[in-house]
Amino acid sequence: MNTKVNIAGVEFKNPITVASGTFGSGMEYDEFVNLDNLGAVTTKGVANIPWPGNPTPRIAETYGGMMNAIGLQNPGIDTFIERDIPFLKTKNTKIIVNVCGKSKEDYVEVVERLANQPVDLLEINVSCPNVKEGGIAFGQDPKALFEITKAVKEKAKQPIIMKLSPNVTDITEMARAAEAAGSDALSLINTLTGMKIDVNRRTFAVANKTAGVSGPAIKPIAIRMVYQVANAVKIPIIGMGGCMNANDALEFIMAGASAVAVGTANFNNPYATVEIIKGIEEYMIKNNIDDINEIIGCVK
Amino acid sequence: MSKVKMTANIVRQDNIATDIFSMVVDAKEIAQSAKPGQFANLYSSDGSKLLPRPISICEVDKEAGTLRFVYRVAGEGTKEFSKLTSDHQIDILGPLGNGYDLKEKKAILIGGGIGIPPMLQLAKELNCDKSIVLGYRDEEFLSKEFEPYGKVYMSSDSGTIGVKGTVLDAIREYGIEGDVIYACGPTPMLKAIQEYALSNGIEAQLSLEERMACGVGACLACVCKSKEVDDHSKVNNKRVCKDGPVFYAEEVTF
Repeated sequence: MNTKVNIAGVEFKNPITVASGTFGSGMEYDEFVNLDNLGAVTTKGVANIPWPGNPTPRIAETYGGMMNAIGLQNPGIDTFIERDIPFLKTKNTKIIVNVCGKSKEDYVEVVERLANQPVDLLEINVSCPNVKEGGIAFGQDPKALFEITKAVKEKAKQPIIMKLSPNVTDITEMARAAEAAGSDALSLINTLTGMKIDVNRRTFAVANKTAGVSGPAIKPIAIRMVYQVANAVKIPIIGMGGCMNANDALEFIMAGASAVAVGTANFNNPYATVEIIKGIEEYMIKNNIDDINEIIGCVK
Repeated sequence: MSKVKMTANIVRQDNIATDIFSMVVDAKEIAQSAKPGQFANLYSSDGSKLLPRPISICEVDKEAGTLRFVYRVAGEGTKEFSKLTSDHQIDILGPLGNGYDLKEKKAILIGGGIGIPPMLQLAKELNCDKSIVLGYRDEEFLSKEFEPYGKVYMSSDSGTIGVKGTVLDAIREYGIEGDVIYACGPTPMLKAIQEYALSNGIEAQLSLEERMACGVGACLACVCKSKEVDDHSKVNNKRVCKDGPVFYAEEVTF
């Protein structure tokens, strides 16, 4: 039985990774999950310098999900290179570094700093809804997305994955722009911009006012978008958005994702990733599937 | 000392005051390593509520292998917990957070509202002269259980229990003295204790609360402001769930 998948020339031992921001750099989950068993670890977004993030409260629970506006708090690329990459290199898994920035120069600086680092893929976050400048500004306009993708691709030594926002009218237009500019793969979806009001305090539940909604409540939207994008581009897709169990992961795969990222589920169950991997294997045995690649995008 | 996620049997559940419940669970693996001031994540069995509820540990019985949580029903998740009986089970992850540093110095333990419960295990484990100050809105709970471990003083917003006012009003009124303060309660109380401790040169350990998602230090939801640049985050933020919930008064700003 083969569970290996290929994302832009990088072989994952299985299709399961984690959604950026839900897993740190893996250290905090190392005591629950043997990281060697994951197809890849996707890190929390890292910028050129440390970012303090947003005021608290940064999260709220929603029906069948949650919303967050962490604001990409991160320790900056220097610490990331000194501490997080060496930790991940002790694990037998692929490393996807999520890169964030406020300007084109920020992104390019981080990508250049990572050029000689032993990481496998760069996921470029142009879709965070929770930071005022940069980020999403590049992810909601196809022309801006094309430009930032091109600028990053020119400097990147590793294959790049543009992470797409669902907060657009037509995600296939964004996917095509990223592909045309040379993106090697795509990941989708980032969170959906939402809002929650605390009626007792008569104010916003999250200090940032708006926050990104994640969890199983958004999964049908994520599946639809993965399906649409898979039918619009040729590059591989990492699907995400409310994957809680093996069945959900299989939905993403059948919709056209070559790999699936587990996000909010980690908060509900720190063992979610490895349980999903096991569930996929059980499904393959039960249904006589020799190779996971047979079912990627099998639903047309 | 590692964290464990397990399904625990409920031993008993009691409604001890308005909206305040006491739940004892059979969780040997967690009880073995739990320390005063630590907390656990309790999970709803309802798939529409995904985030764990972080609840402080009120008592640990290492011999029986049980943990006791005393919590307030604040929403649908805690309401669900309050209905569990000895026929039920609950998923728990713990022990989480750092807990208090136990010092052999004359101590003042201060609990405010739902910050009172974690002071009970601390009172049991602290082997020194101690005063216990409990602050309520208008309804007393747990205070009698503190009596074997030290002199108990009380305050209430309404004045119906002990001194009318805050826990600091009680400290001044009774002339309570100590060399170290251990506190848990609402943020305005912690801020006032921080000012009191720093201006009087008394060591103080404060247990903070913030909305959490993962509970293990990964998601960066529950940060507090730190005076110095934090070594992990490289900014002036510390993680309440992992670096705390207990911080020294001089470490944090409110």
